[in-house]
Parts: sequence; structure tokens; C-alpha cells
Amino acid sequence: MIGALTLLLVYQLVGEVIARGLDLPVPGPVIGMLLLFLTLVVRGRVDAELRGTANGLLQHLSLLFVPAGTGIMLHYQRLADEWLPLLAGVLGSTLLAMAVTALVLRVLSRKRAGEEG
Amino acid sequence: MNPRLDEIWVYLSTTPLLGLTLTLVAYQCAWWLYRRAGFHPAANPVMIAVAILVGVLSLTGTDYQTYFDGAQFVHFLLGPATVALAIPLYAQLPRLKAMLLPLAGALLAGSLTAALSAFAIGAALGASTQSLMSLAPKSVTTPIAMGVAESLGGLPSLTAVLVIITGILGAVGARGLFAVLRIDDHAVRGFATGVAAHGIGTARAFQVSEQCGAFAALAMGLNGLLTALSLPYILPWLARLTGH
Repeated sequence: MIGALTLLLVYQLVGEVIARGLDLPVPGPVIGMLLLFLTLVVRGRVDAELRGTANGLLQHLSLLFVPAGTGIMLHYQRLADEWLPLLAGVLGSTLLAMAVTALVLRVLSRKRAGEEG
Repeated sequence: MNPRLDEIWVYLSTTPLLGLTLTLVAYQCAWWLYRRAGFHPAANPVMIAVAILVGVLSLTGTDYQTYFDGAQFVHFLLGPATVALAIPLYAQLPRLKAMLLPLAGALLAGSLTAALSAFAIGAALGASTQSLMSLAPKSVTTPIAMGVAESLGGLPSLTAVLVIITGILGAVGARGLFAVLRIDDHAVRGFATGVAAHGIGTARAFQVSEQCGAFAALAMGLNGLLTALSLPYILPWLARLTGH
């Protein structure tokens, strides 16, 4: 577990160095994820220790959001002032994005199935 | 409080132990309630844990910064957890290859719709620039959304709250929406849920079926990546265009 955690932190650190060094607007951990994904594709397998540690972290992913979510305390005023645009923005865009994704995927996969068949 | 308890409180409120322990205890309570509610999406454990913590902190007059000095140890793990998303993503590699083009097209359309329509609706109803920058990345998983919001000049902690609301609304609304659109294919349903409603939607999709969940996990990872790579370039341009 310590080995896998070290690996994840090393990838995060490298991602962070690349993001800052090249002045990219992409978060460092995302670059770390991309690099790890590419590493796995090249190696062609995930060892059990890494998979176990990743599962452990991701199983409790919701817990990791709690400290940031509690930051809502800092935004009472903003939420009181802007609740309508924020709530409408979240609700409208979420349903729209779900509908658009589903419809585009259905059309594109039918088209492809049609071409192949 | 008698003097003795008072001294203990003064000591505890200055150590990280209290914030850290409170976070874990609140989460345990929230998880217990979530399980009791039969894992209903409206009983989201993050939402309940946050409500408990806000209540406790307000009642004890503790400010957020003091709390966060302890809670930051949990918060820090978001970084390695984001890197770890590479592993479930890699597990979907064969499916990814097989449906590459349709998935790429749907991902691009859905990802842009999520961010741009959120920006457009928010802007039309008069949200401030900082709120819009916090709102735009709300369809992707929290660690990525917070990083993107930060790089856009939004407020990461506000984004975290909006991400969680998005996930809950998406998870609750998905069934009805797909019924109206007459979409029955679980791969399509899962993928759309993952693009629009990230991890909370994915958790929900796994309860519908294995296939639904796998496609949601795939979509969540891909949309996180695409959003992180595209929004920091698109949004500043859009903001200038609309005068924000």
C-alpha cells in the first residue's frame, strides 16, 4: 500500500511540476492521472497493490469532498444573493448535458452499426 | 462549562485533531443515514456530512479556517485520488477502443453543453463573474472541478458545493429524463449520466446495472480530462466575449 501511495504521489508531483513549469492551466493531479494512464497502457497491466490502493481511495471518494463542501459556510452571502442563477444553471445544464450526450451517442452508434451492417 | 472543560476546549480547538476527527465522525453518521435510507440519491452522504459539520461549527462558533487546519489532511487526499482515477479508466480500455468514435462525439457534445449552458443560464440570470467561473466546471468530479475553478479565477469551495448539487440532481433526474427521451440502452444511459453528473451519478448508475455503471465511470473520467484540458482555454475567451 505504501509503495502504491508513493507511486500516486510521485505522479501527482511530476504533474504539478509540469503544470507549473510549463504554465499550463490544467490542474497538476490531472496531468498526473494522464501520465499514469499512459504508463498503464504502455505496460499493459495494473499490479494488484496499485489496484487495491486505488480502490481503497476511490471507495471513500465522497469523504474527501466533505472538507471542501463545508466551505459553503464561507459563501452564505453569495448563495443568498445568487441562488437563482446558480441553481437554475446547475439544474438546467445538468439535464441538458445528459440529454445531449445520450442523443448524440445513440445517433452516432446507430450510424456506425448501420455502416458496418 | 466548568473551568476544566473550558481549558480542554481551548486546547482542542487549536489542534488539527478536532477538525480531522469531526470530519470523520460526521461522515460516519452521514453514511449510516444513507444506508438506512436504502442508498436513496437524495440522502447523499456528502450533503448530510456537510450539514452536520456546518451545524456543529456554527453552534460552537468555530470558524472555517480553524476547522480546515485539521480537515486539510482529508482534503489533501483528493490529489492522489485524482491520479488514481487512471486505474478504473484503464480498466475500460477495451470498451473505449471498440466504441471510440461515437463515444468521442457524445463526450465532446455533452461536455461542452454542460459547461456552456451552465455559463449561459447563470449569465442570463445575472450571476457574477466569479460565480460563473465556479459554476462552469460543475459537471466533473470534485478534485478536477476545483482545480479548474481555481485556474479560472473562480472559488474552489463554491465549486465543490455546486458539483455536489449537480451530482444529486443528476442522479435523481436521470430515470425520468431517459424515460421521456425513450433511451433504454444501459450503455448510453450510463455514459450520459457520467458526463453530466460525475461520481455521484456513477454511483447511482452502478445500482441500475453493471454495464450502466462501467460506462458512467468511463464517461466521468473522460469528461474530467476533457474539461480540465478545454475549459481553461475556452472560458476566458467566452467571458471576454460576454463582457464578464
